[in-house]
Amino acid sequence: MSAIALEERPLNLAPDAPILRAQNVTKRYGFITGCEDVSFELFPGEVLGIVGESGSGKSTLLNCISGRLSPTAGNVEFATKKHGLTDLFDLSEADRRRVQREELGFVHQNPRDGLRMRVSAGANVAEPLMNLGNRHYGSMREDTITWLDRVELDLARIDDNPRNFSGGMQQRIQIARNLVHSPRLVFMDEPTGGLDVSVQARLLDLLRHLVRRSQLAVIVVTHDLAVARLLADRLMVMKDGHVVETGLTDQVLDDPQHAYTQLLVSAVLQI
Amino acid sequence: MTEHQTMSANAGPGLADYNFAYLDEQTKRMIRRAILKAIAVPGYQVPFGSREMPVPYGWGTGGIQITASLIGPNDTFKCIDQGADDTTNAVSIRHFFAKVGGVATTEHTGDATIIQSRHRIPEKPLVEGQIMVFQVPQPEPLRNLEARETETRAMHAYEEYGLQYVRLYENISTFGRIAATAGYPVMVDDRYVMSPSPIPKFDNPKLHNSPALHLFGAGREKRIYAVPPFTKVESLGFEDYPFEVQTWDEVCGLCGAKHTYMDEVVLDDDNNRMFVCSDSDYCADRRAQGHRGPHAGHELTEIAEDVSKNQEVMA
Ligand SMILES: Nc1ncnc2c1ncn2[C@@H]1O[C@H](COP(=O)(O)OP(=O)(O)OP(=O)(O)O)[C@@H](O)[C@H]1O
Ligand SMILES: [Mg+2]
Ligand SMILES: [Zn+2]
Repeated sequence: MSAIALEERPLNLAPDAPILRAQNVTKRYGFITGCEDVSFELFPGEVLGIVGESGSGKSTLLNCISGRLSPTAGNVEFATKKHGLTDLFDLSEADRRRVQREELGFVHQNPRDGLRMRVSAGANVAEPLMNLGNRHYGSMREDTITWLDRVELDLARIDDNPRNFSGGMQQRIQIARNLVHSPRLVFMDEPTGGLDVSVQARLLDLLRHLVRRSQLAVIVVTHDLAVARLLADRLMVMKDGHVVETGLTDQVLDDPQHAYTQLLVSAVLQI
Repeated sequence: MTEHQTMSANAGPGLADYNFAYLDEQTKRMIRRAILKAIAVPGYQVPFGSREMPVPYGWGTGGIQITASLIGPNDTFKCIDQGADDTTNAVSIRHFFAKVGGVATTEHTGDATIIQSRHRIPEKPLVEGQIMVFQVPQPEPLRNLEARETETRAMHAYEEYGLQYVRLYENISTFGRIAATAGYPVMVDDRYVMSPSPIPKFDNPKLHNSPALHLFGAGREKRIYAVPPFTKVESLGFEDYPFEVQTWDEVCGLCGAKHTYMDEVVLDDDNNRMFVCSDSDYCADRRAQGHRGPHAGHELTEIAEDVSKNQEVMA
């Protein structure tokens, strides 16, 4: 499986600089620990999966490393186009928002959180281009059509409101909206959660395809190990806010070392 | 507080008890400070402590408070609703200031020092020293796309104006052109995107480099903003769908003007129509100068209120 996945990717010299580096990231909500002492590096073109049961701190960590939630301790560095590896929380709010807008993407579990529900599907996809300063309607329209086509959305519905779309369609619009501006790193929090199995399978296929062709780095949170196996090169297993195991996806899933991971994997096998 | 003042304050609701121009001096100072700040930062929405006024919100309380804090005994006040001076709202606001300030009022743009308006900028070019006061229902141009105030504030602070173009984008995908005709957003002084209140986009170019001071007051939303004299004001647009003003094939039925903002008027039950200048003072002025349109002398010369309004407001 991993051999096939590797073959699909264009030959790519090992990039020597990380695109994201988290060091001892800790987030506490009062007395409650969201995540604690998490460190890792992510390289361009890499897909990292974060797995763990509900409440293990996956979303907290994702929010911290995407610059959306300020950690209580530790730091998060992102390789910005302008300044190279920069601590996201040392940036001014204006600069951080600019980096998030121009170089990152964030796919929410609930598409309603990531879409403008009062704006057409097409405008939802075009907005990130306008945020980048594009002021040419025709070229944005073309890019929008290209991306809606890629996520297999019926182009006849480009000007319809996402409110009237199914959850799976909304999620595909959200994904197009988060890829159209060619980000270098995209965060996804349970991107296929809440979708029925067949829709989920198609969406995963699509995601895998998009990720492979565009060489972007992805961090995907899921509690579904099947999703993790399909998408991720590498896995981080979380429990009670801590990373208990990390490694290549197939290694972690086929030969788990930590007792918790073994439990997690066997629980899936029993289902 | 002296005995006398207490008695006077309790004396009843007679207008004699009110300060000049209705608002007390303390409130006026507060509003003037907001106005000065607005002038210093063109296009920026300055919060202010909007007061209860003796008219309901939606009747121009923001504009009335600005006017009240600026007007002096030597001013001449003009008030228009749509383009006309003789509509109910305009008449009552004019009477209000005549009564609480004893100020002179006029219908002539050229004679006015302060002009309060909701929907129009007069056709007669404004001159240095004149002040336009706009009654604004919704000061935030991004509001109907982004409901969160914290977020729209951040967008202004960081000049994140992509969202403003989303509405224009939708207009083009729906109508094949930017169909919005009123409340059309502008970029002020290359910095702040601003809603020019529901004036027709026809009037937008009049804001650019205007010698007059333009003040915008939103009573319910508690915001004041300004376009100072000689400020760059640019209407938004796309490279391939640039900003355009409305034009009419017809001339004004009464004065023959070709270059003004027109209202369509239904003449009879047979659906005959004519177009007339929406700016009634300007039209009358032209007629006084001897200009004649194809319907000159029509009995509807007097009407101004029956005009059909078919504007699509963007704000
Ligand atoms: N805003 C918050 N305030 C207080 N506690 C929080 C907050 N958000 C998360 N927590 C707590 O932090 C811990 C980690 O939660 P988090 O949402 O990150 O887990 P998760 O792994 O994403 O769970 P799920 O799979 O259910 O989405 C939990 O104990 C949670 O109750
Ligand atoms: Mg979560
Ligand atoms: Zn006329």
